[in-house]
Amino acid sequence: MTFLLAVIIGVLYAAGTYLILRRSMVKVIFGLIFLGHAANLMIFTVGRLTKGAPAFVPEGMEGFTEPFADPLPQALILTAIVIGFGVQAFTIVLFKRTYQTVGTEDLDKMKSTDQLPGEEL
Amino acid sequence: MYSVILATASRYLLILLLMFSVFLLLRGHNEPGGGFTGGLVAAAAYALYFIANGIDAARTIVRFDPLRIMAAGLLIAIASTFPSLVAGNPFMTGVWINTGIPLIGKVGSPLLFDLGVYFLVLGIALTIIFSLAEEDRL
Amino acid sequence: MSRIIMLPILLPLCTAVVMIFFRRLVVLHRFLNVAGTALMLGVSLVMLGNVQSGGILSLQIGGWQAPFGISLVADMLSSIMVVATALIGFTTALYSLGTIDKDKEHFFYHPLLQLLLMGINGAFLTGDIFNLYVWFEVMLISSFVLLVLGGKPEQLEGAMKYVTLNLLSSSIFLAAVGILYGIAGTLNMADLAVRIPMLGHKDLLSVVAVLFMITFGIKAAIFPLFFWLPASYHTPPVAVSAIFAGLLTKVGVYAIMRMFTTVLIHEEAALIHQLLLVLSAFTMVVGVLGAVAQYDMRKLLSFHIISQIGYMIFALAIQSPLAIAGALFYIVHNIVAKTNLFYISGLVNRLKGSWDLRRIGGVYRFYPMLGVLFLVPALGLAGIPPLSGFWAKFVVIKAGIDSEHYLLVGIALFVSMLTLYSMIKIWNEAFWKDDPRGEGSVEDEGYLLISSMKKVAMVVPIVILGSVTVVFGFWFEPFFVIVQSAAVELLDQGNYIQAVLGERP
Repeated sequence: MTFLLAVIIGVLYAAGTYLILRRSMVKVIFGLIFLGHAANLMIFTVGRLTKGAPAFVPEGMEGFTEPFADPLPQALILTAIVIGFGVQAFTIVLFKRTYQTVGTEDLDKMKSTDQLPGEEL
Repeated sequence: MYSVILATASRYLLILLLMFSVFLLLRGHNEPGGGFTGGLVAAAAYALYFIANGIDAARTIVRFDPLRIMAAGLLIAIASTFPSLVAGNPFMTGVWINTGIPLIGKVGSPLLFDLGVYFLVLGIALTIIFSLAEEDRL
Repeated sequence: MSRIIMLPILLPLCTAVVMIFFRRLVVLHRFLNVAGTALMLGVSLVMLGNVQSGGILSLQIGGWQAPFGISLVADMLSSIMVVATALIGFTTALYSLGTIDKDKEHFFYHPLLQLLLMGINGAFLTGDIFNLYVWFEVMLISSFVLLVLGGKPEQLEGAMKYVTLNLLSSSIFLAAVGILYGIAGTLNMADLAVRIPMLGHKDLLSVVAVLFMITFGIKAAIFPLFFWLPASYHTPPVAVSAIFAGLLTKVGVYAIMRMFTTVLIHEEAALIHQLLLVLSAFTMVVGVLGAVAQYDMRKLLSFHIISQIGYMIFALAIQSPLAIAGALFYIVHNIVAKTNLFYISGLVNRLKGSWDLRRIGGVYRFYPMLGVLFLVPALGLAGIPPLSGFWAKFVVIKAGIDSEHYLLVGIALFVSMLTLYSMIKIWNEAFWKDDPRGEGSVEDEGYLLISSMKKVAMVVPIVILGSVTVVFGFWFEPFFVIVQSAAVELLDQGNYIQAVLGERP
């Protein structure tokens, strides 16, 4: 299981890196989302996998019984997912608005803020 | 696109889903659930209503400005930290009162915090849904 | 008493919530923004006093003992940074009264500013790495929205670059946090400082250290990772540019400082410090060369931020107590001077109607006092005695010579000269030369239309920050004593660990 997840993380990182290097805005967004997912899965995997033992105290018990999953990585991922959701929603709206205002989705054409004024490359 | 079936169903589903969201909110104390999921389910209920009946109908049924709901949620969450201050415990420590009433049992400030999260999530989700819907109409 | 740590975070949150509730009462927003930040300044000064006299304060949220709960820690370093944040927040709130138009105010400009301050304060005060990530995100989200407020094409274009690179940095941060948790099983900074020396996996720790360095390097805009900064900082309203320029990159520098002097302090930190030394040289040189080439006032100042970050990183990488004290003083001095320069650039833009130095001129002729107000932070930044920048550079360079980094010291001095050159360039072009459009007062129309209240709101922050620069220069000693004790405290992790974890070894 760990091996499988490791492969998935690797694929996500590779795909994410490839996509954020593209010139199309949509692909860049997908790249960022992939990278976020890859990082979340990585926390999950590196925090040790425990199968079929959720981190809940069973009915009528005072504490955990071995084996139990470490709840902290799950809490971290949940937080990261929620934050990622908000940020990605904002990013999509921003990119859409940029597309409407600037009139192109080719990132290579968006260089007006990097040029010296009055200079056309 | 208006569907009579969905519009009729959505009215009943709205109530059911809202009840379910409150159930999730209260269940969150000891089991999976809580303010976050509850708020999302409530937002989904209104989203369904909006899909069936249109944005204006949804706006009327929500009544409050979603941003206000969000701010109210934040206020409740902040207010939930005050009992610990009064009790002299470290910041945000849960304060519990055993009411002794059956079915209700112990009530505490974490519940208040969860309620704040519920409204916060509901407010944010509604803000996103409504503003996207209104942009579409333009 | 340690509850006071919560206040710099809670105060802006409360004001922001109240503002969102009364979203149409813009007048209330303005009042709350100024009053809230003034209160924050007061609270942060009290906190600094407490920490100085009573040692490190720590607060375990919810009463969950460290390392299991989230700890908030205020040591000298954090307290000083919070004071600087509150000062900049206060002056920016004032400055916004004069520069931000009604539309932006209705689009939640004031609450966003408060939330930004909350994020920054949270990042300074947290004692938990994942919590640091959360505060970074709070800060980022508010800064994203502030950056695009107004929605001009160049703002959106700049924001694209800013958002993309910062999200990339967040995902790297998350990955580093994940690996670190996998190795050490804790994310509390104090607990990590205890456990890391006992761990195996030295190679993995180096990977984590490099990942953290890249993350914070992007935030701090050090050499190969700075491209988002000059592409975006000159686009938003000038009050926003000013607060970004003053505070955001310094949060990155703070994080590097905290990470590699409190948490990761062994072989892996030595590697990072070597890397940082090299990068700092490039950062200084590339930043200032970029600045020298620019004619857009705000772009010039943006490139300067990068160059100044180089000095801080240089001092950080040396790691002697003197160098850390120098870095800290440098950060505070730079926050004040840089923000002030942005305020002044905004005022000059209002007077002359352009950011382009080639198109404007003659400010000194009509507003000699503004010229003086410009010279204070400009010469301060370049390091002319007796202003604050002189002492900051003096200490950093002294530390560099003591530790025998002669080449880097040479570079720092050379860069310093170019800094002076670029400040003189602004002076010559904007203030001294005649207005190329003729001597008429056509360009002053914009300024004449502003009410006198707004003029006061724009000038007062410049005067406040200018006098801070002068005070730092003339009464250097007492401030240096404070940063020195902060540096000593920072380099001795024992106190920090004890304050957070209690009596355990």
